[in-house]
Amino acid sequence: MLEARSVTIGVARRDLFRDLSLRLAPGKIMGLCGPSGSGKTTLGRVLAGLHPHRAGQILLDGLPIPRKGAHPVQYLAQAPLATMNPRWRVARVLAEAGCPEPDLVAAMSIDPDWLERFPHELSGGQLQRVSILRALTVRPRYLIADEITAPLDPISQARIWKALTDLAASHGIGILAISHDAALLGRIVTSGIEAIGARPA
Amino acid sequence: MNGRQSALLTAGLAATLIAGVALSARLLVEAGTSADFTARNLAPALSHPFGTDQMGRDMLARSVTGLALSLRVGLMAAGLSVLLATFMAMVSGLGRQADRVAGFVTDAMLAMPHLMLLILLSFSLGGGTTAVIIAVAISHWPRLSRLLRAELLQVSVAPYVETSRALGRSRLFILRRHILPHLAPQMLVGFLLMFPHAILHEAGLTFLGFGLEPSRPAIGVMLSDAMRHISAGRWWLAFFPGAMLLCMVLAFEAMGSAARRLISPREAQC
Amino acid sequence: MLNVENLGIGFSRYTGLLRQEEMTRLSGVSFDLCEGEVLAVIGGSGAGKSLLAHALLGLLPPNATLRGTMSFRGRSMTPYPASLRGRRIALMAQQVSHLDPLARLGAQTRWAARRTGAAKVPDLQTLGLGPETCRLYPGQLSGGMARRALFALAGVGQPDLLIADEPTAGLDPENRDRLLALLQAHAHRGGAVILITHDLMPALPVADRVMILDEGHMCGFESSRDFKGDGMALTSPYAHALWRALPENAFLTDA
Repeated sequence: MLEARSVTIGVARRDLFRDLSLRLAPGKIMGLCGPSGSGKTTLGRVLAGLHPHRAGQILLDGLPIPRKGAHPVQYLAQAPLATMNPRWRVARVLAEAGCPEPDLVAAMSIDPDWLERFPHELSGGQLQRVSILRALTVRPRYLIADEITAPLDPISQARIWKALTDLAASHGIGILAISHDAALLGRIVTSGIEAIGARPA
Repeated sequence: MNGRQSALLTAGLAATLIAGVALSARLLVEAGTSADFTARNLAPALSHPFGTDQMGRDMLARSVTGLALSLRVGLMAAGLSVLLATFMAMVSGLGRQADRVAGFVTDAMLAMPHLMLLILLSFSLGGGTTAVIIAVAISHWPRLSRLLRAELLQVSVAPYVETSRALGRSRLFILRRHILPHLAPQMLVGFLLMFPHAILHEAGLTFLGFGLEPSRPAIGVMLSDAMRHISAGRWWLAFFPGAMLLCMVLAFEAMGSAARRLISPREAQC
Repeated sequence: MLNVENLGIGFSRYTGLLRQEEMTRLSGVSFDLCEGEVLAVIGGSGAGKSLLAHALLGLLPPNATLRGTMSFRGRSMTPYPASLRGRRIALMAQQVSHLDPLARLGAQTRWAARRTGAAKVPDLQTLGLGPETCRLYPGQLSGGMARRALFALAGVGQPDLLIADEPTAGLDPENRDRLLALLQAHAHRGGAVILITHDLMPALPVADRVMILDEGHMCGFESSRDFKGDGMALTSPYAHALWRALPENAFLTDA
C-alpha cells in the first residue's frame, strides 16, 4: 500500500495542497484527474520522491520510503525524451537501470533495432515504451504515469495501456494514472478516480 | 564536403602548423642561440629569410624557438586555468552556500583589471616561466568557470539526471557519467580559446619586463628588444616574430571555432 | 489556394564521425486546400505534423532538404518567397514563449500590425480580451487567454492560410471549443485553416477533412463526417484502426 498521509505540497511560496491523503493499492490502477495547474504533476512527483513535501508523510506499507537505492515508486513523464541522456544510445539508457528481464522486454514489445539508436531517433510511442521498460527494470512497487500517452496516437496509447494493465495484474504493480482524458481513465482504472479540484487559497 | 569534414580539416591544418612549429623548434635551438658576428643586422634574404639581429642570430630560428616556448607556457597556463575553472564550477554545484562563496570569488576576480592582476601576480611570484604560467592561469579561469557553472547547474536539474537518481544511481555515478561528459566539450573549447590569450599575455608580460627572463628566447623578449632597433630601420626584428605570433593565435582560434562548430546543436548535423 | 504534391523532408545526419546520411522524416504528403476549408492534421508525437507546418512556413533548419512541390495560389513555394510568411500564411504559435515577454499584449498587437502592413490594429475585444488584458504581459495571461491572444496575433495581417500548431493542447474543454470555433470562423470568412493536433475527437466538429500522419507517412485522408459509429465509412485501414483504438470507441489494439 502506497499512502500519502495528510501531506502539504507547495511550489515556491504557494501551497498547492494541504492535508491531502491518498491510498494506492498494489496491483490496482487509480486515476487522478483535475484541471491544468491544479498540481497533478507535482503530486505525482512527490509520491515518486522527486519533489519535497512540506508536511505529512509518504508511506510504503506503513513505513517511510528508504533513501538508498532505486526508489520503489517510479515516475513516468509525459515527455520521456528529456529523461534520457541525449548522448546515450537506447541500449545504454536501458542499462542505467540494470539488465531488463526478457519477459518485460516482450511485454513492452521493444524492437532490438532501437537499441543502437539515439533517443531522439525514436517516435513518441517507442520512446515511452523504452522509458516504461527502464522504470520496470528496477522492480518498482508502484508507477506514477503522468499523462504518459497524452501526446501519442490512439493506437500507441491503447497498446501501452494494454501492456500496463496486464503488468499491474500479473506483477502486482500499483499504478497512479494521471490524465485529463475521462474516456481513457474510464477504460483503465480498477480502483476509482481521484479528482483534485481548484487550488486552495 | 560536409560541415564536419571542413571543420575537422581546418582544425587539422591548424594543429599541423602548431605541431610543425613545436617540432622544428627542437631542431633550431642551436641556430637560434648561436651568435655570428660576421652576419649582424642583415635584412631578410634567402640565407636568412627573417633577417638577423644585432648579434647575428637568425631571426627565423629565434622566432620559432620563441613560439615553442610560448606554446609550452600557453599549454600549461590554459590547462591549469581550465582545471581551476572546472573545480570552481563543481564547488558551485555542491550547494547554495558553496555557490555563493564560489560566485563571490569569481566576481572578485572578474572585477580586478586584467593586466594589473597579471603584472602583480607575475611580479610577486618573482617572474620567470613558472610565475607567468601561474599568473595567466589565475587571472583567466573566472570567465570559463561562469560558463561551466551555468552548464553544470542546468544539467544537474535535467530530467535525465533526476531519473538517474530515482533509479538508484550514486552521486559519483551521475557526476562521472552524466555531468562531466556534458561539460567536456565546453572545457575543450574553453581550453582552445584560452590558449591564444595565454600566449598573448605571456608575450605582453615579457614585453613589459614582468615575465620571462631576458635571456630566454621568448617572443616577448624579442619584441621588446626590437623596439630599440625599429628607429634604426630594422623593421624585420619586430615584424616577423609579431607576425608569427599572430599566425599561432589565429591557428588556435581556428581550432577553437572548429571545435565549437562541432558541438553546437544547431550546426552539428549540417 | 494551397497545393502540395508529394512533399518529402529529409534531414542529413552523421552516421559515423564523418559520413553523412539522409534520414527521411516526412514523405508522400499530397493535398489541396481551398478557401473556407479546415484541414485537421492528426498524428502522435514524432509523426511529422510540426515539420509539415515548418515546411509550409519556410522555417526548416539548414540541414533539412525538401522534395516535391508546394505552391500557393499558383506560385511555387520553393525557394520560399519571404513575402508569404506572416502575411499570406501565418502561424498560430503554441505557447506564449513565442511572444516578447517584456512587452504588453497591446503593444505587441500594434507591432504585428505595423510589420504586416495591416490597415488597422485588430480589435481584441471581440475575442474577449478587453483593454485591461491589453495591459498585461504575456506571462500574466491565463492559458485560454494566451491562446486567444496568439490567435489574434496570427490573424493581424488577415492571412489567407492560418496554420495552428496544437492550439488546444492543455486547454480545458470550454476554452478548447471556444478556440476551435475561432478557427472555424476564420474559414467561414474565406480563409483556410490547417489545424495540427494529436487529439482527434475535439477536432472533428470543426474540420472538413482529416489528414492522418504516422511516423512521417500520410496514412489516410478522410472526410471528417466519416468518423462515426464503428468507422466503416473510413477508406484507409489506418484511419479505421485509429478510430477503433480510441478509448471512446473500442480501445482495440489490433492495428
